[in-house]
Amino acid sequence: MSGEVQAAAVLGDLAGSEARDPGSRPPRRRRIGLGDWLLPAYTIIAFVFLLIPIVYTFVFSFNDSLKSNISWRGFTFDKWLNVCNVEGGAVCQAFGNSIVIGIAATVIATTLGTMIALALVRYRFRARSAISLLLFLPMATPEVVLGAGLAAQFLAVGVPKDMTTIILAHTMFCISFVVVTVKARISSLDPALEEAGRDLYGSPAQVFWRVTFPLLTPGILAAALLSFALSFDDFIITNFNSGSVSTFPKYVYISASRGIPAEANVIASAVFLFALALVVVAQVSRTARAKRLAQLG
Amino acid sequence: MAFAAFATAEAQTQAPKRKSRIALFLLLPGIAYLVLFFLAPLISLLLTSLQAPREFGDIGQFDYAFNWQNYTAVVESYLPHILRSFGYALAATLLALVISYPLAYFIGVKARRWPMLQGLMLVLVIAPFFISFLLRTLAWKQLLSDESFVITSLKALSLMAPDAHFTGTPFAVIFGLTYNFIPFMTLPLYTTLERLDTRYLEAGSDLYASPFTVFRKVTIPLSMPGIVAGTLLTFIPAAGDYINASRDFLGGTETQMMGNVIEANFLVLLNYPAAAALSIILMAVILVLVGVYVKRSGTEELL
Repeated sequence: MSGEVQAAAVLGDLAGSEARDPGSRPPRRRRIGLGDWLLPAYTIIAFVFLLIPIVYTFVFSFNDSLKSNISWRGFTFDKWLNVCNVEGGAVCQAFGNSIVIGIAATVIATTLGTMIALALVRYRFRARSAISLLLFLPMATPEVVLGAGLAAQFLAVGVPKDMTTIILAHTMFCISFVVVTVKARISSLDPALEEAGRDLYGSPAQVFWRVTFPLLTPGILAAALLSFALSFDDFIITNFNSGSVSTFPKYVYISASRGIPAEANVIASAVFLFALALVVVAQVSRTARAKRLAQLG
Repeated sequence: MAFAAFATAEAQTQAPKRKSRIALFLLLPGIAYLVLFFLAPLISLLLTSLQAPREFGDIGQFDYAFNWQNYTAVVESYLPHILRSFGYALAATLLALVISYPLAYFIGVKARRWPMLQGLMLVLVIAPFFISFLLRTLAWKQLLSDESFVITSLKALSLMAPDAHFTGTPFAVIFGLTYNFIPFMTLPLYTTLERLDTRYLEAGSDLYASPFTVFRKVTIPLSMPGIVAGTLLTFIPAAGDYINASRDFLGGTETQMMGNVIEANFLVLLNYPAAAALSIILMAVILVLVGVYVKRSGTEELL
């Protein structure tokens, strides 16, 4: 699936269990040799490699470029201040569409996916393995097949492609990821908490809404963030099902042949900084919480 | 890891038996959605792949038929693209594995003592996800174009022939695929390595195994679930990708993959049956390869 698939793991981890069991004692103290420097040095080089295109995109958002943003012409804040002024606001329009589509697909996929996850963990029923397969397959299918399949179906039924078809498509590939993320959270819940709720004469509905649901919230939020990220950056499936509607990735793809304006870099950089801040805050608070728990225990 | 998450959650699911009416209510909307917008489209794709052109019809007009010759026709015309797709995806998967393993090992094993550093490194691994996939690929295109600093320097140092190019070559496409899928490889490797019990490694060296032997006989087998999940998560999307191979990005006319011809046939040439037949071939080959691979690597519980 598209880029952010694996964020599932990390986001799920952010939301999930604090307890880690490395199952190891600290390595024995040894003389520090070449081998001890090699791996950290390699790690640094690998991170530089991973981050180069991000830094490039960010730096070129300050380029005083004309139409296309290829060679460096000088530093300016202009593009950040007037993002929507280029091409009659085409970039901003595409960006706005991406946000609307992302929110709609996230709300639907998170609702449906959470319901499935609850059913899978809490209930026994037949056709379980068939349902698991149905949830697994969309993640194992190349996007171009998912996109072409939906487009073929919309064509056969005679549905015109617009914003709705994009939302329907995005919801489809987000559901499985929501199920995986939320399911991990439900499985790690302590059943004693719900038992305590029942012991205190809570009705099943009360136990669910006042105990289970609040405990699930971090997992559901993580799943929602992941869905939004998947939807926001999706290009391939969108390309097959969007008709004339533009989204941010589609805008980048179409303008790639004639040069991307620096305003696209501005939007991408702003989104990047926002997402990074969000994840860093979550990660830091998680580590701090784990530390507190460790002190208590 | 998505794969692994499925497996582990499944094992824990010894749920109590309760009213299945609630289960039905919870499952029905989501499952119906997937049937309608995932399964039905696959069937539609299969039916489309067998369509025949309408007699005296316009471009893009087809009727349902059983025209299986569509398949032989696309294999005949697009065999190089099919081979390239799987070849490039395989090369990128292997490269990504070699690049990601030491990285995941450092984060998951060596950095255990510093949870904060470990957390921040994980954020750095997923950081590329936060910026558009297309812009990252374009950034590489511009950084490695013929006029770029890197390429002109290589040429000045005679490390590259003066008339050689990087962008537009198979190497550039494989490079782009590798870059884009490194996080997919690193994260599942990290999750299995993070749980690796280092006492096994110590036991290995206590029994006089060389560090290399310990790595080969202990570390690698113990991290097999991560290797399988990572290679699948890289190979599947890489084989279907058409951004990296596209002419406007890192590819050229001689590097077009299956995704490119599916896109061209569907959206430009309006030859829907050809696009559908290619999609079905892509999906079938991937399912067969994945099935064989998962069986052979002995990690069937992943699926």
